Amino acid sequence: MRDVAMVGGNMIKFGRYPDKDVVQLAADATIGALKDAGISINEVEMVASGNLYQSNAMIGQRIMKEIGATGVPVVNVANACATGSTAFREAYLAIASGMYDVALAIGSEQMGKMGLLGAGGGNRDYSTEGVMGTGLMPGVFGQAGVEHMRKYGTKMEHFAKISVKNHKHSVHNPYAQYRKETPLEDVMNARMIAWPNTLLMCCPTGDGAAAAVLMSAEKARQYTTNPVWVAASALTSDPWQERNPTMFDVNTVTRNAAKQAYDQAGLGPEDLTQVELHDCFATAELIHYENLGLCGDGEAGEFIDRGDPCVGGRIPVNASGGLLSKGHPLGATGVANIVEIMWHLRGQAGKRQVENSKVGLAHVIGLGSACTIHIIKK
Amino acid sequence: MTEEPATEKKRNPIVPFLRVPEDPKQEPYLWGSKCKACGSVFLGERIACGKCGDTEPLEEIHLSGDGEIYVFSVVYQTVPGLDAPYVAAIIDLPEGVSIRGNVYGLDPEKPSPEWFGKKVKMYTEKVRTDREGNDVIAAKFRVLN
Ligand SMILES: [Zn+2]
Repeated sequence: MRDVAMVGGNMIKFGRYPDKDVVQLAADATIGALKDAGISINEVEMVASGNLYQSNAMIGQRIMKEIGATGVPVVNVANACATGSTAFREAYLAIASGMYDVALAIGSEQMGKMGLLGAGGGNRDYSTEGVMGTGLMPGVFGQAGVEHMRKYGTKMEHFAKISVKNHKHSVHNPYAQYRKETPLEDVMNARMIAWPNTLLMCCPTGDGAAAAVLMSAEKARQYTTNPVWVAASALTSDPWQERNPTMFDVNTVTRNAAKQAYDQAGLGPEDLTQVELHDCFATAELIHYENLGLCGDGEAGEFIDRGDPCVGGRIPVNASGGLLSKGHPLGATGVANIVEIMWHLRGQAGKRQVENSKVGLAHVIGLGSACTIHIIKK
Repeated sequence: MTEEPATEKKRNPIVPFLRVPEDPKQEPYLWGSKCKACGSVFLGERIACGKCGDTEPLEEIHLSGDGEIYVFSVVYQTVPGLDAPYVAAIIDLPEGVSIRGNVYGLDPEKPSPEWFGKKVKMYTEKVRTDREGNDVIAAKFRVLN
């Protein structure tokens, strides 16, 4: 496999764009990424487009018709919340395999006012939701946090502190949908959605788009003296586990991906200078501290208590403000968190800059399940 | 004058792994499939084993409905038309498989670590009427004291 350089990246501010369609949002992000790389669409040899709700409607090709339909291969990728990061990985593989020298990954989604619970559908007469437990995200990630409480005595406050941290980080991120600090009391006392996650511990939905330009090392040298490198790209599905699929297992799938990614990069968690991880709910972020090896098993509560994952702390997590602040436009999320890392590695992250960041890890989970981990380094 | 025969109203299970006998005197029950090769248990019918991949027909087993709470959430925001808050649990059954269930007999306003491992028992209840007028029967759980 060949080395893969990330030469360009861009995202739009996440939020609500009722007057635009998703192709325009994606085109906007993509043109910015191409400019950042110093190329035009004519240099791109393959495109991987991640979008969960529009992948059955050829959105990748529609974006190309908007920005320059050059006739190159376009693949449409859907992989739940890991849709964008799986598209990134497809572009990565296209270069790493030696088949192409310039590949474009696009992630986009228009969520509208879908809300936390998503759209209903199917035969409601036989829906088990709320009658035989829950399969919707708030309850599922509530249970995932409660499992950590059961194992280690974790308290609701531990989870709430993560929301405080991410919202604090978001104040400095102009790309985030929400940029407001939320004191601990506000987080704890906000409307309960699914215990222990209150409204301020759940990511908002929204629209968004992001894009990344990847190149072979040789090609990258024509455009930049200073690319960042994709040191690892891991993708796992959830292996058999005794309670899965009754209870989705977001832990094993992440641990397996982390091991693969660290092995591939020849690095360990101690080498990371920052992490963007999948904080769809505050409970999710806490369990992933351990799943990614940022702290030992059972130590995530102390890890957040000490402020280790704060910007300025031992290993900053979600300096962007995370999904809790940015919002979570499904297909855009996985590309955007890699672009965020790229900006930090280049020293272009403005007031939220993680000083001297050299190695960043981007983690995404799609429930059902898919986990991607990318390690990006200078 | 001839009368239309009244169409028999049926009692349909909400999920395939709940079986509702036609004889109303017989209790509905949960059932599953057990892999003959590795012993893994799954809810309802299966074509192959999801753990080891064995393709020998799995053995159908009766699930007792006596379980214990592994973890839970208390769901406040839910789909329209449902009562909230409610306790949504993952319940471990002694046969080696888990099931999602609403648990009653706990105060949803006071979630507690004491709920871990609590013994629960399944019961069934009509939860709605389908568009053909049949009863929809669901499995629910109540705490044993
Ligand atoms: Zn088996």
